[in-house]
Amino acid sequence: MLNKKFTGGAVKGRSVARALSLLALAAVLFISGCTPNDPYRSTERGGNIFYTTFLEPPKHLDPARAYSSDEYDFIGQIYEPLLQYHYLKRPYALVPLTAEEVPEPAYYGRDGKVLPANAPASVVDRAVYEIKVRKGIMYQQHPAFAKGPDGGALYAALTPKDLGDIKGIRDFPAKGTKELTSDDFIYQIMRLADPRVESPVLSIIEKYVTGLKEYSEALRKDLDAIRAERKKAAGFSYNQSVDEKMRPITLDYWKHRLPGVEKVDDHTFRIILKTKYPQFTYWLAMPFFAPVPREAAEFYNQGLLSDMNITLDRFPVGTGPYMMDTNNPNMEIVLVKNPNFHYEEYPSEGEPEDSQNGLLKYAGSKLPFIEKIVFKLEKEAIPRWNKFLQGYYDNSGITSDSFDQAVSIGSAGRPELTESMEEKGIRLLTSVRPSTFYSGFNMLDDVVGGYSPEKQKLRQAISIALEYEEFIEIFSNGRGLSANSPLPPGIFGYKEGREGINPYVYDWDEKRNRPVRKSIEYARKLMAEAGYPGGRDKTGRPLVITFDNPWTGADSTPMINWYIKKFALLGIQLENRTTDYNRFQEKMFSGNFQFFSWGWNADYPDPENFFFLLAGSNGKVKFQGENAANYSNAEFDRLFKEMENMENGPARQKVIDEMVAIARQDAPWVWGYHPVAFTLAHGWIENLKPNSMANNTMKYMRLATSERQARRDEWNRPNYWPIAAVVVIIIIGSLPAIITMRKKRGLGKK
Amino acid sequence: MLTYIIRRLLYAIPIIIGVNVLTAVLFFYVNTPEDMARKILGEKNVTPAAIENWKQDHGYNLPTFVNTKEEGVQKITQTIFFQKSVPLLWLDFGKSDRNNIDISREIRTRMWASLAISLPMIVAGLIIINLFLAMMLAYYRATYIDIWGLVLAVVLMSVSTLFYIIGGQFILGKLLKLFPISGYDTGLDSFKFLVLPVVIGIAASIGSGVRFYRTVFLEEINKDYVRTARAKGLTEGKVLFKHAMKNAMIPVLTNVVVSIPFLFYGSLILETFFAIPGLGNFTIDAIQSQDFAIVRSMVYLGSILYIAGLILTDISYTLVDPRVRFE
Repeated sequence: MLNKKFTGGAVKGRSVARALSLLALAAVLFISGCTPNDPYRSTERGGNIFYTTFLEPPKHLDPARAYSSDEYDFIGQIYEPLLQYHYLKRPYALVPLTAEEVPEPAYYGRDGKVLPANAPASVVDRAVYEIKVRKGIMYQQHPAFAKGPDGGALYAALTPKDLGDIKGIRDFPAKGTKELTSDDFIYQIMRLADPRVESPVLSIIEKYVTGLKEYSEALRKDLDAIRAERKKAAGFSYNQSVDEKMRPITLDYWKHRLPGVEKVDDHTFRIILKTKYPQFTYWLAMPFFAPVPREAAEFYNQGLLSDMNITLDRFPVGTGPYMMDTNNPNMEIVLVKNPNFHYEEYPSEGEPEDSQNGLLKYAGSKLPFIEKIVFKLEKEAIPRWNKFLQGYYDNSGITSDSFDQAVSIGSAGRPELTESMEEKGIRLLTSVRPSTFYSGFNMLDDVVGGYSPEKQKLRQAISIALEYEEFIEIFSNGRGLSANSPLPPGIFGYKEGREGINPYVYDWDEKRNRPVRKSIEYARKLMAEAGYPGGRDKTGRPLVITFDNPWTGADSTPMINWYIKKFALLGIQLENRTTDYNRFQEKMFSGNFQFFSWGWNADYPDPENFFFLLAGSNGKVKFQGENAANYSNAEFDRLFKEMENMENGPARQKVIDEMVAIARQDAPWVWGYHPVAFTLAHGWIENLKPNSMANNTMKYMRLATSERQARRDEWNRPNYWPIAAVVVIIIIGSLPAIITMRKKRGLGKK
Repeated sequence: MLTYIIRRLLYAIPIIIGVNVLTAVLFFYVNTPEDMARKILGEKNVTPAAIENWKQDHGYNLPTFVNTKEEGVQKITQTIFFQKSVPLLWLDFGKSDRNNIDISREIRTRMWASLAISLPMIVAGLIIINLFLAMMLAYYRATYIDIWGLVLAVVLMSVSTLFYIIGGQFILGKLLKLFPISGYDTGLDSFKFLVLPVVIGIAASIGSGVRFYRTVFLEEINKDYVRTARAKGLTEGKVLFKHAMKNAMIPVLTNVVVSIPFLFYGSLILETFFAIPGLGNFTIDAIQSQDFAIVRSMVYLGSILYIAGLILTDISYTLVDPRVRFE
């Protein structure tokens, strides 16, 4: 018995020794690799692969649902709407993508007669966009298009047996493709109305597309009827979620007529709007109007696939330059070149300086240049930044923590890269984002709201006191431009220089040729004229204003303190009321607030997409719209109605100038600032130009892969000696213990 | 033993139901279904109609606990609590509220990443390194090795885990360039990504672990049977490693076995900083995005695992101490 145990122990000992030897060998092999910190597989070394990051898993990849720039980074490379933004031209210009040309709307009056393009909106009964789809565009290879022997969809009714070892889209043995047709665009517009799709733009689009609202309501009724039927059949045990998980409901989109969309032929269709809406062309460049084939939607609408998390919301099917290869949103998302991608060339025109910046070097070359795009999930800024510096990510944003390491302000007051960045060949790309960050007053409030000259002066005084130039320096490292109106640079209607300043807040300094904020003494004078001398009302009590915000980040306390300090300059007591985002929203909808801070990212580069934030018909309290200040000025609203249907030109500029003047005087917002995006990119990326409107820019980028590999090897040579030093220290440090032990055992004496 | 386990499992049922009720009460006390819809639908164009639509499609248009509009048993079954909680009993976690993913599948996928990091941490760190070092200190008790070891342990346990992570990433990943700073891969390729977080995880636990086990061992070596063993002429090593260690296993097991179920949960901070797609990350994301479906599922899973851990602990006592019997 004892012997057996002993033998067993010896065998086990040998196994352990062997395992340890293997482990040591593996460790030696690992250590001897030239760059052990390389986070990628050795097979990817030197590959034409673009590596970048994403900060959180995308919520939706369904083009009818996705509505954030994080999501567009992925689907912009896969889905192709009818139009796209020219990569190089500024101001932003629309060019055809899957459409043959940018459609021009035809306007019709109530009598059915054609109206001229400049006809006022009031006489337009319908606007018809006839769109021609390019022929010969094929979808990526996908199992949804695989045909069975009978010519029907091969995977239309999957059973557990069919699925077998299939774990993802790549595992389906049969795949197919099909040509892009007008049906796919029509189908997608119908999907926007499907209540289960929960498209975030339905409430906007249904205001314009003829019959879309009624169509959506009809689908809702159908859905409710099916659910009621299922509930009746199942009795008390009915559970909607469990039921629809394995038996998804298929709605018949063709049961009801959608008069706003007409098919002309396989490559032509019409979208009919019930009013004149020139901005609709921009919508045609957004993923909401990208084609989704019915085959794909029906393929994914199977309980078994949904149970495996294989859905249209995770595995897009498109015609774009790239297609989804891996979607592990918790780790990485990989796009690979779509072999079926139609022919598209790199643009041969741009801005004058583009040529000297090397942006036209590849004019006329076939797109895309890069074989594979790897997005890695990196939530934390520190590892993300360090891996960028090691060359493992090709581009990076700049967080506040790393700002000083990356950027310094040059003698001309312009941001410049630090020496260490320049040594690495890193480039800094800056662009003003089409967005605005503002603070607003509740115009319905008795104290800060209202339109009397006194109320205007109160708000103007606060606008002067809130010195946003300082705010930008402190909280955004100078990455922003103080605003004079809702319009950021690059949007039609924006004015620079003297013409563009808000005269209620700034004066123009002739000597320095720049705006100068009015003095705080002037603001105090306005306060007195508003009925609050020294910040006190007629009874002598200090003016107290509440500040609602949902700020919870690290910067929130200093930011709030900054506001309090600035209000105190006027003698106003700012009472902070920070809440969570939901409570904040509730207050905004109910009008239970006085002063707030918010922001807006444009959907498209048109002034209408900014001015609607101040339109009376969009008031948050009355109409649940996006006008959070509840601003309502009849003249402003009239001009807005006029402006929104005008083409860009001097006449529109004149109307915009009038609107801006009214809004500046009323001051429902403190105009805040327009954020400037700072992006860093390694020198081995070519054809890089910031484009805040386009989502599909990755097809233009090009990599000098051998240069990248050489740089990575150079920057990542490992240092082993400190490890060896630590081991030696541990051994030396252990010696007294060993000696003591030997003494205790009595061996030391021998 | 079987009767004991069955009895413990039966006791678990009201606990699990209670946990579910409490989770639902707390969650809906803080968040209404409208809040969830608003958070999930985003910031732009969230109209009341869109909120109502979302509630209907996700089954949140029902009352929380009692549906007075229904008749008979449907007053109970047609409620959010019943509809969302009952399928949990057969581990059907349903779909997430945020993006409709199948939660069971997500848990099955992510638990391996959590295990990959926490299993080596518990085996190598907790069991081997901490126990070994604690025994060493106990062995050298009242010597300068013990004193300085204890001081070092106190220093180590006083340092924030975040410091270990950032420091480890900086020194081993950035300065020495020995390991990828963060990331994860599947299969054997995961090895190079796991070394750094595991080493950091172990280093972060050494201080508290060593102190705790040292105390356990010291308590044990002052007992009569140890004195007898010494009197018998056994070496100090044999006394400590052969006799005292066996008897010190009950508190050690309590500590180790109870933590086994939480292996699946992973380490929240380590997973986030090292971009490891485990269940810790999953839970944090769900809380931040107010995804009740995932929060509910993870709390439920946590309570089951905790109960399982306690039962396992009880069973393990009988293995190390023959005096313990199930009654």
